[in-house]
Amino acid sequence: MIAIIRKELADYFNSVRFLVLFLLLLVAGGGGLYAASHGIRTALQESDAVTQGGFIFLALFTSSWGGIPVFTMIIAIIIPITGIVLGFDAINSERSGGTLSRLLAQPVYRDSVINGKFLAGIISMSLMVGTTLLLVAGFGLRMIGVPPTSDEIIRLFIYGLLTVVYGAFWMGLAMLFSVIFRRAAGSLLIPIVIFLIIYFFWVFLGFGQAIANAVAPISAESDIATQIQQAGMQQTIRSLSPSFLFQEAYLVLLIPIWKGIGAITYSDLSYMLANPLSLGQSLLAIWPHIVSLVSLSAICFGISYIIFMKQEIRAT
Amino acid sequence: MTDTLAIDTKDLTKNYGKVTVVDHLNFHVRDNEVFGLLGPNGAGKTTTILMLLGLTEPASGTIRVCDFNPSREPLKIKRIVGYLPEAVGFYDDLTARENLRFIADLNNISAPETERRIDEVLEMMGLTEERDMVTGKFSRGMRQRLGIADVLIKQPKLVILDEPTSGLDPAGINQLLDIIAGLPKMGTTVLLSSHQLYQVQRVCHSVGILSRGKMVIEGTIDELGREAMAGGRYIIEVETAEPNSELVDIIQKIKGVEKVESDGTTLKISTDSDLRSQISKAVIDKGALLVQMKAHEFSLDDIYMKYFKEN
Repeated sequence: MIAIIRKELADYFNSVRFLVLFLLLLVAGGGGLYAASHGIRTALQESDAVTQGGFIFLALFTSSWGGIPVFTMIIAIIIPITGIVLGFDAINSERSGGTLSRLLAQPVYRDSVINGKFLAGIISMSLMVGTTLLLVAGFGLRMIGVPPTSDEIIRLFIYGLLTVVYGAFWMGLAMLFSVIFRRAAGSLLIPIVIFLIIYFFWVFLGFGQAIANAVAPISAESDIATQIQQAGMQQTIRSLSPSFLFQEAYLVLLIPIWKGIGAITYSDLSYMLANPLSLGQSLLAIWPHIVSLVSLSAICFGISYIIFMKQEIRAT
Repeated sequence: MTDTLAIDTKDLTKNYGKVTVVDHLNFHVRDNEVFGLLGPNGAGKTTTILMLLGLTEPASGTIRVCDFNPSREPLKIKRIVGYLPEAVGFYDDLTARENLRFIADLNNISAPETERRIDEVLEMMGLTEERDMVTGKFSRGMRQRLGIADVLIKQPKLVILDEPTSGLDPAGINQLLDIIAGLPKMGTTVLLSSHQLYQVQRVCHSVGILSRGKMVIEGTIDELGREAMAGGRYIIEVETAEPNSELVDIIQKIKGVEKVESDGTTLKISTDSDLRSQISKAVIDKGALLVQMKAHEFSLDDIYMKYFKEN
């Protein structure tokens, strides 16, 4: 299997698509830094981070520019695309190129082929995400001159891991279609459509709210119990989207002062202090998100694994 | 040739849905021979090969390949058996050398040994010049030769070649057949699947003809010839300057002649041995002008056509 991973990695690193994706990630890093250079001062003042002895270094990654946290947001779009592009022709290109039967005639287990490809994809995504985070951290350090605390380093590390897991989900999904579809066009198009639905419609355009409203319509006169119930439903529907889970998880991780997940009543709000969550509490808050994302990736990969193991090898 | 068997199948059966592709197939390949698996397209050749390699599970029946069971011990078989698929492909952006290196890597061959073997097989296939060229630029013939190099890199005991000559020009076919014919000398058994009869006849020691998943006939080429042609081993064509009906009677009386068909100036004579000298003497004695005379030995074509006409 090591031989397969080695070859796949060599393929990725020599390919144009890897270069393009890497450039995109670097652009995201550059955009984040630019936003930070403009907005970090106001962001820190607004969030009271300075006075709270809080998270100045993390603000580099979440600084907004016109209200949008530039870096994390671009990453949230680029990582799924990276995953899809790395995985969409994993199996069907071998099949149509006639290399699959030659490969499987070698003394390797059939699952080594798909495992090796998946692992190689994860390794190259880790490299991309790690490099980008380190670059932004390094330039940011020069720019603001405030070193990260150990707490911040751990948060960034977990953010990196989470991003790779999220990318692995999309790669697993794309690989699943590369096993099912004989042609690369189909296996590229369908994951991208799914991404559009899950991300842009669900998270960006607020389909979650819309569906909840359609299922249980509320108006200004509705009593408070109905409204809370409806808010809970909105949250549930939105949580069906992996993109939403990822977004919530990284916001809680990188903006420790983030005011929780789900519906909060005004009466609750009055008890809440403007305290950032400790690392342990942040992790506790997003633990379900992490578990969901990891299991979604595992499920996607698992299904493609099973189908691939049962598939006929012959090309015709 | 020895009597140990490289491949031995008993009642091998495979269905896809309700269609039986391979139907109680029995055949065996001896060590160090070139065995030709013949049959029209869709006869079940490729399916049989995939089952031999453990890439497809048989529905029933048993297989032994080099004394291993492909369903149970596929890796042991793949370590010593090389397989050239019908539409062989390479990673187009890697060079010939890199493609072979990857396969050697998968076979756990050490790095210095890999380089030595790559040079050796590339030279054998006449690809030394192209070793650092990306395979995307290879011609069909070069790809096919690289495919054989790829199969030989693991120094297999048995190679299975699925339609190795399809899509090649005549020179390429001859070159490839010469290489295949030389493999048994290196201690490699060859199973060659093809529908190109002439080629199989040229290099194979024995053949099996497959039709609709069943082995119609199996044996050495000589055996098959005797069986199929039932004595009429030679066909001699005689062309004379002008038609001569008496000549037919005279030739008919020559000992060994079985049948004479006349078609104007051309006579088609079936005989059990090479009677060219007797026939030419008869023609000249009769005073007819001999234009030309051709002798056909029976060919696999005749056997093949005979069996497929019957089905």
